[in-house]
Parts: sequence; structure tokens; C-alpha cells
Amino acid sequence: MQILGLYNYWIFIVLMMCGFYVVISRGNLVKKLVGLNIFQTSVFILYISMGKIIGGTAPILTETATVYSNPVPHVLILTAIVVGIATTALGLALVVRINEAYGTIEEDEIHAQSEDEAL
Amino acid sequence: MVTALAVIRLRDLFAVIMLFGIYSLLSASLFVVLDAVDVAFTEASVGAGIATVFMLGTLALTKSREKIPAAHKQVLPLLAVLGTGAVLIYGTSDIPYYGDPSNPIHHHVAPRYLEGSATEIGVPNVVSAVLASYRGYDTLGETTVVFTAAIGVLVLIGGARRPHSEESPRSDPKQELMKQYSILRLITKLLLPLILLFALYVQFHGDFGPGGGFQAGVIFAAGFVLYALVYGLDQARQIMPPWLLRIGISLGVLIYAGVGVAGILLGGAFLDYGVLDPHDPMHGQHLGIFLVELGVGITVSAVMISIFYAFAGRGR
Repeated sequence: MQILGLYNYWIFIVLMMCGFYVVISRGNLVKKLVGLNIFQTSVFILYISMGKIIGGTAPILTETATVYSNPVPHVLILTAIVVGIATTALGLALVVRINEAYGTIEEDEIHAQSEDEAL
Repeated sequence: MVTALAVIRLRDLFAVIMLFGIYSLLSASLFVVLDAVDVAFTEASVGAGIATVFMLGTLALTKSREKIPAAHKQVLPLLAVLGTGAVLIYGTSDIPYYGDPSNPIHHHVAPRYLEGSATEIGVPNVVSAVLASYRGYDTLGETTVVFTAAIGVLVLIGGARRPHSEESPRSDPKQELMKQYSILRLITKLLLPLILLFALYVQFHGDFGPGGGFQAGVIFAAGFVLYALVYGLDQARQIMPPWLLRIGISLGVLIYAGVGVAGILLGGAFLDYGVLDPHDPMHGQHLGIFLVELGVGITVSAVMISIFYAFAGRGR
């Protein structure tokens, strides 16, 4: 129990690092956004798992249950998911515009084109 | 987690996005296990539904193959990631254990909400009570963020079409092809009322069970997106014209803020629903939460549908 009690944080860290790796190592802008979303989901899992109490139930008041999980992280993450999709859509819209301007969504090709224009 | 790893390896972006949808669905079921039913609801409808459609819409406008990254570029990020991960894992040794009721997080404001909401708000779903009443300011702010993001998307890809789209014929071949799939069309027709009805149920039952404005808005939008995918964008635009959506986007925020201002005018604080009904504060709370969730639902669904229109209309 001593060691296993921390495993939710390890899952969160592994997921977060997966997302982080995709964001910094890949040049494709859509792939970067997917990585950013994985990163984001890992933070959601961290918050939700912190709110869990073993033996508790969902925070909807009933007469039978006495122990409820913590509702505060649920509220935070619920709104964060919707805000997340809105910002992702904004990012995707930027990708579409970049593709129209440069004809590519690969980061290094965009850099090369910008430098060509600067010269 | 395995899905996340596969997402890294695959270069076909279409497969990546499909896997990402599966990953979202898996994390939604994880949230159910962790007792966060409202969050699971949102994640399932947003991550596995709407996000996948938006990303596919982007792919349709760009390219679906990823370039193979240069080998020397992979080592440094990998080292950085491993280093950060190791530091974080070292850091977890001080963090309280999972699921322990004595953790500090459970002792600050949460018990107050859990004990007070039954008598002060009178809504069984504590998540809804906290979302719309106790922390109404946050939710207003987040609705505004969604609103702003929608404006950003519309400014970026909404209005003007590409200059060379004039010579393209009105009926595109894909849509003609879609007309042949009569099973799809029939099933869509059968499903659509159920989806919309379910969205309304989620909207108005959010006080008592899992659900609320955010989820309902997304489900409602998903119904329309399905319709537009099968029957074509033009037909969907006739039912839900873009001008109506633009009104909807701002109307939702206005309802929310208006409820807050009404509270001030009636002698209470901003977003204090208790004063809405002077005889029975509990009833006022119900009314306030109802209106606020309605505002959130209208804004979110209008935002999602208009972002979808923006992506789908761009490629024409």
C-alpha cells in the first residue's frame, strides 16, 4: 500500500511526459496539438484522482451514501475540458490558416520559408 | 496509456486522431471509476465526439501524412522528457496517498460544500451546485473564454472563403455520394431526435443527476454535426443558420451575466440567486442555477456548431 498509494501520480506523470515528448519532438502542428491534448488530459486525471476517496461515491446527495468524493476538482476539470476544446479549436483554426499561407504544416518547412523570405 | 504511446509512434495523422478519440473514451471511463460522473460525461462527449470531428476537419483542409522527423532531433527531447519525468516521480514521494480521506484536499472547502449545499441550494448534484452557485464567477469566466475562442475561430477561418472557390460547382461530388447511403441517412433521421432530446434532458436534469449546461451544449451540437455530415452542410445551414448561431453565442453569456446583474438590482450580490425569489431563497437558487445552466448550454452549443461550420465551410 505504501508504494501503490502513489501509482495514480505515476500514471499521470507518464501520460504527461508522453504528451510533452510529442509536443517538443514532432514538427507536425496537428500532432503537436494532439500531444498538447494528451498533456492536458493527464492534468485532468491528476486532479480527479486527488479528489477520490476510497469507499466514497459520486457527489450527488442521496440518503444512503455518507462518504462522497470531493466535488471541487470535478467542477474545475469539467469547465477545463470545455475550455480546452474551445482553445484546441482555436489552435486548429490557426493551423488551417498557416497551411493556407505556407502550404505546409511542418514546423521546419515553415521556418525555412520564413528565412527565405527574410533574405 | 498504451493508446497514448501509439499516438506518438504513428505517422498517419488520420489514425492518430482516431486513436485519440479512443484515448478520450478510455479516460472518460477512468473518470467514472474515480467517481467523477459529470467530468466523465463531458470528456466522453467533448473528447471522443466533438474534438475528433474538429481535428478531422483540420486534416481535410491540410495534409494527413506526417513527415518523418530527423533522428538527431529525437534524442534531446527524449532526454528532456526523461529528466522531467524523473524529477516529477521523485517529487511524488511527499504527496499524500491516493484515496485517503485524511488528505488535506478533503478538509478545506469541500466539506462545506457537501454539507451546506443540501440546505442552502437544495440541489442534489453537488457538482452543479458548486459550478453554478458557489463558484458562479469562475463559470461565468469560463463561458466567456469559450465565447472569446469562438470569436477567434470565426475571425481566423469563419468569414471569407478562399478566392478560387468561386468556380467550384455548388453540389460537390462527395455530397452526391452521400445520398446513396440510404441506411446512414435513415439511421441519422432516427437518431437525431433522440440525441437532441437527450441533450435537453441532460440540460434540465443536471441539478439532480450528472449533467448540466456544458455537457448538454456539446451533445446538442454533436447531434447537429451528425446531421450536417450526413445531409450536407447547406441543408444544416438552412435549419440552423449562422446568424442564429451568432445570436446564440452572445445570448448565452448575456443570460448568465444578466442573472448576475438581476441579483444586484434586487438588492443582493452579483450572481446571488437567493434574492431572485424573496419569499423562498431556495427557490431563487433553483431558478438562478436553471437560468445560468441554460445560458451556458446555449453558448456552448452555438459555439461548437459555428466552429464546425467554420471548418466545414472552409474547404469548399
